[in-house]
Amino acid sequence: MSQIVEAGVAPNLIASERAGLLAWVASVDHKQIGILYIISSMLFFLIGGIEALVIRLQLLAPGLHIISPDTFDQMFTMHGTTMIFLFVMPMLTGFSTYVVPLMIGARDMAFPRLNAMSFWIQLFGGVILYFSFLAGGAPNAGWFSYTPLSEKAYSSLAGVDYWIIGIACIGIGTLAAGINFVVTIICLRVEGLTIRRLPLFVWMTLVNSFLMIGALPLLNAALAILLVDRFFNAHVFDPAGGGSALLWQHYFWAFGHPEVYIMILPAFGIISEVIPVFSRKPIYGYEFVAASTVAIAFLSFTVWAHHMFAVGMSHIANLAFGISSMLIAVPTGVKIFNWTATMYGGRIRFTTAMMFAVAFLITFTIGGLSGVSFAVFPLDWQLTDTYYLVAHFHYVLFGGSVFGIFAGFYYWFPKFSGRMMSERLGAWHFWLTFIGFNLTFFIQHVLGLAGMPRRVFTYPDLPGWAAMNLISSIGAFMLGISVLVFLWAIFDGLANGDEAGDNPWDAWTLEWATTSPPPPENFDRVPPVRGRRPLWDLAHPDRADEKVASA
Amino acid sequence: MISIRERGKIAVGLFIFSEINFFLLLIIAYVYYHSLPGPGPTAATALNPMRTGMFSLALFASSATIWMASRASRRPDSRGLAMWLSFTIALGVLFMFGQAREYYDLIASGVTVSRNLFATTFFTLTGFHGLHVMVGLVALSITLGLARAGKLHEHTTDGFGAVEWYWHFVDAVWVVVFSVVYLWGAVAS
Repeated sequence: MSQIVEAGVAPNLIASERAGLLAWVASVDHKQIGILYIISSMLFFLIGGIEALVIRLQLLAPGLHIISPDTFDQMFTMHGTTMIFLFVMPMLTGFSTYVVPLMIGARDMAFPRLNAMSFWIQLFGGVILYFSFLAGGAPNAGWFSYTPLSEKAYSSLAGVDYWIIGIACIGIGTLAAGINFVVTIICLRVEGLTIRRLPLFVWMTLVNSFLMIGALPLLNAALAILLVDRFFNAHVFDPAGGGSALLWQHYFWAFGHPEVYIMILPAFGIISEVIPVFSRKPIYGYEFVAASTVAIAFLSFTVWAHHMFAVGMSHIANLAFGISSMLIAVPTGVKIFNWTATMYGGRIRFTTAMMFAVAFLITFTIGGLSGVSFAVFPLDWQLTDTYYLVAHFHYVLFGGSVFGIFAGFYYWFPKFSGRMMSERLGAWHFWLTFIGFNLTFFIQHVLGLAGMPRRVFTYPDLPGWAAMNLISSIGAFMLGISVLVFLWAIFDGLANGDEAGDNPWDAWTLEWATTSPPPPENFDRVPPVRGRRPLWDLAHPDRADEKVASA
Repeated sequence: MISIRERGKIAVGLFIFSEINFFLLLIIAYVYYHSLPGPGPTAATALNPMRTGMFSLALFASSATIWMASRASRRPDSRGLAMWLSFTIALGVLFMFGQAREYYDLIASGVTVSRNLFATTFFTLTGFHGLHVMVGLVALSITLGLARAGKLHEHTTDGFGAVEWYWHFVDAVWVVVFSVVYLWGAVAS
């Protein structure tokens, strides 16, 4: 407890005394900032989703010309950039911002004002990125802006400049958030909450923060050089002036592959909370979940060039990056066993959160397997930049990260709002999402094997292509409807939901020990922590974890 | 458990870890093009390691003066603290003056950012370092202001300790940059 008092957030920093909109804009409270992250991410999720639907509309049938090729390029660039930098990352950061201080029994983050800066600068980055539509056209060089295409000579409009500056702002905000999480978790844990008792969501946030701190500066350095190229007519990444286009690829993916794990580790954390609670069993192999995450973090910095097999690296380099990419599947596979074994023999409650968590296990495993197939580089040569790749990364990013986000959203919504979401609407949302997702993306594996390249704005009427694209587009519009159901379920929960109470799921971690929503100071009194499940120990003193373990 | 008073230093330590990665890529870009010299100026023809070396000594010395300042702050000796902080700032300003003169001379002789790949990577690397020195000077000036007002120890976190770590880092980066760009770069080619 003494730690919390010492945290010493000056009373005038607590914004609850202010009223209305200003209370949110001026807030340094981690719960309000977390909610702001979640709301802004939802808005960008809708925008990115509309961009995806425009893409799928244009690809509905062969030879369509609903939008121009240039608009199509802008759509897939903005869709990818938005979903990665403005939806998945800030949404997961928002969950961590809201939940981590509660889970460790703290009053706020270690640096509340830095926390506010992280949010507002990343939102500012998003606004800059979208301002490009009004300033002569959105960026259109893809979400990884390969050079020399993104150089001035080939992208003379300002779109790429807005992309660079917007992403740099988001990068700075994310980096600051990572530093804040690490310091918070190191310094502000309640007494008794040792590193081996941390909830796994906190563990994942901790490891993830190191990835943010390590990877985002790599991106920012690359962006800075690209900006110098574009503004000062230099040629670092431009072969026409003696520069190297491959250098950009190395730099971008040195960031880009850790980034993939930045987008999935917090989702792993959510799954590691949701599955035990709704299986009524402690997580199976806690140490393995935590340690395998550390292994993933280290390995994630050694696999970047598997994005570049097609550029013609040396045989040794291909072998090395192929092997390291297969290796990183091992700690990920370990977790799948952990979660499955946790469910095994449990009394499973199929709430909406649990259904998304179970679906995550299935779809993420499919995405993981197609990922390993890319580590076999002769296969990569054949399949790179086809729809097989599009299918693969949507299985890990949508079937992984986004399903994890939905699971977390249904799990923590009662804590955020004090109200329950409708399980009936939740079931509709789940099944529409699950079926729509698989309809959209499973067929794209086949489409890719049949040779359809990604990022082409239309295609000829080759055998099977029309039917497969039609199925994919139907699935995409089903996903669009599922998002509307999701929004309905949120507003219905806020307006008509039952009172949630402190701990509606009978969960075990500290965020459920306070009211829903928690008061500005978070806790009146933090329960004693003597194990990994403090609320279980509190409710069952005779069967407390540490007694069972020592018996 | 680590004391909450140390949180500023931990945060700066983590920030330094990210900054190492940032500068690493700028240095790699410089070294990569140094190994593939094209037409135009190179480190050997354009740079003056001796003159820049003199100004670099000022920056290296500032690591010693800030260490003296932190010793004074722990004693506590507020006059010594203000004096050593002022020395540190003066040495940092002297270094920046040297960099400004170097840039002025280079640009006057036609070595601009877009001249060739050596010039681009040189200005990007040293420019970002200079930016970091300036940020450090701002932080040091705030620290000096707080110290003179006697408010340095009022805060719940060790802000001066954090500034000190950052300043040592800025200095250490220059040890690497000076070695790579001026010594190895100018001598080996």
